[in-house]
Amino acid sequence: MSAAATADVAPLGRMLVTQTRFQLLTRLRIPAFSVLSLGLPVMFYALFNAIYGSTKLNGVTGSEFILVSYATYAVANVMVFNFGMGIANERGRKLDLLQRAMPLPPIVAAVAQVVAALLFALIALLILFAYAFLVGGVRLGVGIWLDLLWRLIIGAFPMIGLGMAIGYGVGPNTAPAVVNAVYLPMAFLSGIFFPLRLMPDFLQKIGQTLPTYHYAELGWNVLGGGVADESVLRALLWLAGWAVVLLGLAVRIYRLDESRKFS
Amino acid sequence: MQPAVVELIDAHKRYGHVEAVRGVSLAIHRGELVAMLGPNGAGKTTSINLMLGLRKPTSGGARLFGLDPDDRRARSRCGVMLQESGVPDTLTVRELLELFGSYYPHPMAPERAIALAGLEEQARQQAGKLSGGQRQRLYFALAVCGDPEVIFFDEPTVGMDVEARHAFLHTIREFGREGKTIVLTTHYLEEADQLAERVIVIDRGVVIADATPAEIKSSVVGKRVSFITMQQLKEDDLTGLRYSRLEIDGDRVRLFTNTPETLLRELFGRGVDFHDLEVVGADLEEAFLALTGEAEKETVA
Repeated sequence: MSAAATADVAPLGRMLVTQTRFQLLTRLRIPAFSVLSLGLPVMFYALFNAIYGSTKLNGVTGSEFILVSYATYAVANVMVFNFGMGIANERGRKLDLLQRAMPLPPIVAAVAQVVAALLFALIALLILFAYAFLVGGVRLGVGIWLDLLWRLIIGAFPMIGLGMAIGYGVGPNTAPAVVNAVYLPMAFLSGIFFPLRLMPDFLQKIGQTLPTYHYAELGWNVLGGGVADESVLRALLWLAGWAVVLLGLAVRIYRLDESRKFS
Repeated sequence: MQPAVVELIDAHKRYGHVEAVRGVSLAIHRGELVAMLGPNGAGKTTSINLMLGLRKPTSGGARLFGLDPDDRRARSRCGVMLQESGVPDTLTVRELLELFGSYYPHPMAPERAIALAGLEEQARQQAGKLSGGQRQRLYFALAVCGDPEVIFFDEPTVGMDVEARHAFLHTIREFGREGKTIVLTTHYLEEADQLAERVIVIDRGVVIADATPAEIKSSVVGKRVSFITMQQLKEDDLTGLRYSRLEIDGDRVRLFTNTPETLLRELFGRGVDFHDLEVVGADLEEAFLALTGEAEKETVA
């Protein structure tokens, strides 16, 4: 108690927990974000599951395959919309200024943003998993569910970089345009919505370089049965490369924004 | 000796080609109520930003409690109400106070900050649903919630109506009584006059005056003697009297002087008839115009 009474700064751990909690709450209460990020993946899953759910390939059902597809889509959506556009909106409304004048280290605020986004993604996944289990009748072993969850989190880092680059790079008015120009083609060419092999050759070639494609491959791989085209190692290496590039870009953009406003 | 709470040492700040602050030196000590006064674009906000470490001086220095203003130990002793800033609309008043309190080592209970700001009825409302005046009070609550030793207010009453402004200034003054140091920028002269014990006048990025409101007023124009007379007074009738400026506006005569007693005795002696006589200290507005006008002349010359 006496140590606390003489402390001249607040404990960072408590600050990080509080900051993360309220960051998550802020986003959950914005209907546009919660509907988009929590509802859309379930909606797509329900639709495509109704069409292809009962197909089967090497023991893997369509329901399972589509679940993994929209699980990666759900996480990517959270990172781009919720996290990326959320930051752009907050900057546009100058939420960063007052925060910056507080005894809150900028790194704590940034880490809280990322952790809150991951928690939001986790909520989106749990809703999707619950729907797939209850309505889609997907039955995977506990180990497989956990393996899938772990892959979805590890594979999200390139998208965290993309979201952060958009969030700190452009204003709230430009962000939707940038998201449409960058993320939409990425999602479209990932093979999540349509199998990549049904697309023209050159689009397949482009698609196979994108982080969203390798993210989906990493996920599908968990199902076995040869439904993924790529080995786990290869997918992980591609994703690591993209994470370095996009997070590197994001940090550069963050620093630029920082030095423009606060130097 | 304890270091000054806030210190700027020959601070310069340049944005591109514009030098917003051109060599400001000042020290603000514990318990002072200071108003930084100046027209828009004078460099007040930049000065505050330098004190807070939100901006870095191009040359010269800024210290907060003797530390770098970026230092978390210094920041933890400061509360801030900025001119342009926002908070998440979807959090409630109480939640925001809990959040901002977590940044400080010894925050006050959210309820106390809410009471100080008079937001009891809005405590469970989301920030986005508050009115303009309530929002300003929320920012005040956020500024005090860490129980800081010094609070910076950058143009806190902009956009408030007269009543709200009055109530708000009262709140700040009450808070200042607890031995807090208060630094406030304003371009409302009346506000500086009412609130501050010390006024720092800034114009075009330099300090042109630093004194008590009374001193600033008296140093420039002293008192204003105003009366109505039926006689047609002319400037010739007043030769030999000590005054700095004469205004004749129909029957109304206004004289600015540092020695109103002597002036009035002389006028009585000369048989001037008075109605509606007033002797008042010239207000800060007039002092201010005189001060900034002089600075302008110097700059031109």
